[in-house]
Amino acid sequence: MPLLSLRGLSKRFGQTLALDRLDLDVAAGEFLTLLGGSGSGKSTLLRVVAGFEAADAGAVLLEGRDLSGVPPHARPLNMMFQSYALFPHLNVAANIAYGLKRDGVPRAERAGRVEQALAMVGLEGFGGRLPHRLSGGQRQRVALARALVKRPRLLLLDEPLGALDANLRERTGFELRALQRETGAAFIMVTHDQQEALALADRVAVLEHGRVVQLGAPRAVYDRPATRFVAQFLGTANVLEGRAAGEGFDCPGLAATLRPEGALPPGTTACALRPERIALRPGAQGPNSAGGVVEEVAFRGDDSLLLVRAEGGALLRVGHAEEDGPPPPRGSAVRLGWEAASVVPLAG
Amino acid sequence: MHAALRAILRPLPLAVPSLWLALLVAAPLLVVLVLAFAWPAESVPPIAPPWGAEGPNTEPFALVLEDSFYHAAFAQAALVAAGTAALCLLLGFPMAMGLARARPAWRLPLLMAVLLPFWTGFLPRLGAWIGLLRDEGWVNTVLQSLGLITDPLPLLYSWPALFLGMAHAYLPFAVLPLYASLSRRDPAMEEAAADLGATPWAVFRTVTLPLAAPGAAAAFLLVFIPAAGEYVIPELLGPPGAQLVGRVLWQEFFQNRDWPVAAALAVLLLLALLLPILLFQRLEARR
Amino acid sequence: MSRGTGQGGMARLGLMLGLGFLWLPVLLLAGYAFSGSRIPFQWGGFSLRWFAALAENERLLEAAWLSLRVALGSATLAVLLGGATGWVLARRGPFRGRALFGVLAGAPLVLPDVVMGLSLLLLFVLLEGATGWPAGRGATTILLAHATIGAAYVAVLAQARLAEMAPELEEAARDLGAGPATAFATVTLPLMAPSLAAGWLLAFTLSLDDVVVASFVSGPAGTTLPMVVFSMLRLGLTPEVNALAVIILALAGLGGGLALLAMRGLRSL
Repeated sequence: MPLLSLRGLSKRFGQTLALDRLDLDVAAGEFLTLLGGSGSGKSTLLRVVAGFEAADAGAVLLEGRDLSGVPPHARPLNMMFQSYALFPHLNVAANIAYGLKRDGVPRAERAGRVEQALAMVGLEGFGGRLPHRLSGGQRQRVALARALVKRPRLLLLDEPLGALDANLRERTGFELRALQRETGAAFIMVTHDQQEALALADRVAVLEHGRVVQLGAPRAVYDRPATRFVAQFLGTANVLEGRAAGEGFDCPGLAATLRPEGALPPGTTACALRPERIALRPGAQGPNSAGGVVEEVAFRGDDSLLLVRAEGGALLRVGHAEEDGPPPPRGSAVRLGWEAASVVPLAG
Repeated sequence: MHAALRAILRPLPLAVPSLWLALLVAAPLLVVLVLAFAWPAESVPPIAPPWGAEGPNTEPFALVLEDSFYHAAFAQAALVAAGTAALCLLLGFPMAMGLARARPAWRLPLLMAVLLPFWTGFLPRLGAWIGLLRDEGWVNTVLQSLGLITDPLPLLYSWPALFLGMAHAYLPFAVLPLYASLSRRDPAMEEAAADLGATPWAVFRTVTLPLAAPGAAAAFLLVFIPAAGEYVIPELLGPPGAQLVGRVLWQEFFQNRDWPVAAALAVLLLLALLLPILLFQRLEARR
Repeated sequence: MSRGTGQGGMARLGLMLGLGFLWLPVLLLAGYAFSGSRIPFQWGGFSLRWFAALAENERLLEAAWLSLRVALGSATLAVLLGGATGWVLARRGPFRGRALFGVLAGAPLVLPDVVMGLSLLLLFVLLEGATGWPAGRGATTILLAHATIGAAYVAVLAQARLAEMAPELEEAARDLGAGPATAFATVTLPLMAPSLAAGWLLAFTLSLDDVVVASFVSGPAGTTLPMVVFSMLRLGLTPEVNALAVIILALAGLGGGLALLAMRGLRSL
């Protein structure tokens, strides 16, 4: 039995449908990221599971028990808020002890567990500080410790890294991952950052318009996006419109034919092609090759991004690795090629 | 477990203030409206209800709406309130700018310096103005001892004294919203204007003033609304001819013992203030 | 600060002039309170005689005692009611009649004193005629009137305070296992506390400063300090009022200091 099952969840706010008959299962001890743009329903999903919003339809089952009608304080799961929501009038230790106190944990045990939690997030000795005397990163750790100290089987995290600056974010991400392994709790983390989602998760669920449009391991979701939205949201793939022609897919924008591995599924309306899977191949001909003119070259450190105007008029994003030598200058005519395995047919 | 107790307690946070507002805010306003149709009587209280044998009394409203004495009372109140508000803006705007431009460490002490005189109490401050302005008061004494005048100037119980007292009492009502709106905005805007070639006066005219306009409008209304019903300052500092509506209402009630006419005046004063009040709320909502 | 735009000097001058205007009468008043001369605002050598005269003025002392009791009671009642009102406006969410509730809660802030005083008096008179309560007018009716006005101010402060505190704080408490009442007692109330303290002080001063509303709703038995001072000023000023103002200023300075501390506490949260 999954730890958490969401069955046909719907939630409407006025005109907008935040959740649309959404189904999702989360296994015990799993790290799941919910990835989506703003308004995709990802935060609403967390708030429904935590009990702050009631779903209009559908059920939230935790270990098979229906949670509808159970108030937030009686749900055996915890949440870490995007703003951290640290109580400004309580010091760090009292913030962490807050939930234990509500559960009637005796004072002596409380003190021990608060110490443990502080040690777990590397904040020994900070118990007496007030939240406004902490840095952003320290606050984030206190919020995490406060949510984990009750040893929930399920932790909901709403953009836990969102308020941190870039270099702290990566380190904290790894720490989050380590803590999840250490505690064995299932984490459901909401994020709009695709790299974060891919880096941390066991599985990624991509949300669009209140539904899960794709669910799978990070690599699978990245390599085989199921829809146009997923292809463009994750790694900003080139989405090439066209129509099926025999075994291949004619793309007028490229003035070329794309040919995937195996047969083209029926109903294919576009194909996705990742920028880093396209290479400069002088003299390449036939399917899975195209010609164009370099319009822009952007150096990005580990690689360069080329914007190539294809012969059919489409603008193609092409990744050019540093070890392949200097990128072609602006205005030069190039020939491009790619492997059949890199062509991802899209239906939706 | 405590289900019954909870059922009793849960509605209380809403019910108690609702009941209070109904009984001590809504009900009095309804009562004043109803009793504006009551009859004056030679009794204690000097009033006979409008639901007696004689029916409602339309005389008070008719009197207040037709008699030019009451028209003048409303006109004077409007003029005095508008004049006070304008005076407060004129004095308050540079003060608010000075506050907003002050170094952060100085802001709170300066703000306290603006507010602290008001903790001496409203009436003692008016007493101080009386002491300054009366015939044998400080101003006249100083002028006489300097030999500038021989007979004391009749400063007290005059229109200037009235406006001085009003401006003194209401100035913080203007300074605070102006300061709030000035301090909330990016000081780089004036610098940008100067950088683009605007002279200091042009910067003030084209950037500072337009940006402060909503705050200034709010400040104007925040002074105008309470000033329009003022009774005490005209009574203590103003000339006998300053028959503002607040003072007239007071006299109808306390001297003439004509409660229905006082009630009718209160209703009309409230109606007259409805427009500036709604205007003020629109301004606040937009911020 | 914005030296380049040339407005700084003008603004500073304006601030100094304005502060001078505000402080001049207050300073003169404070200085001459210690003058021995019978004529107010004429220096007659240092003397504490007006303070001594105050201490012997039975009528004034009695009124001061009444005012103090009314101010304490009405400020406390105002905090309870205004705190609940502010909470309803900021946190209770939608309910039927919310718009009317908001209008009524704010009404005492914009109603002229004469209207507020007259309408409350007429209500009390009508109530007494119908139910026998309140029997006559005095301390109780003044207290109720002042609490009503004070509550409106407390509500504004409490609502503003709650509006700047994220509702997520209460949600976090609920998530950590606190029921609605516990979340209120352990999170909401401590967060509101500074605004309630500031509101109490404000309601207290408003009550001590009010002459108009109190004059309407009091009876022969209830003469407050401002009512006495008002009649003294009407008859011609006596230097006792200056001495009284100095005492009020000293107390207010104390209160202002406390308010400043409360605000500092508020900002640190």
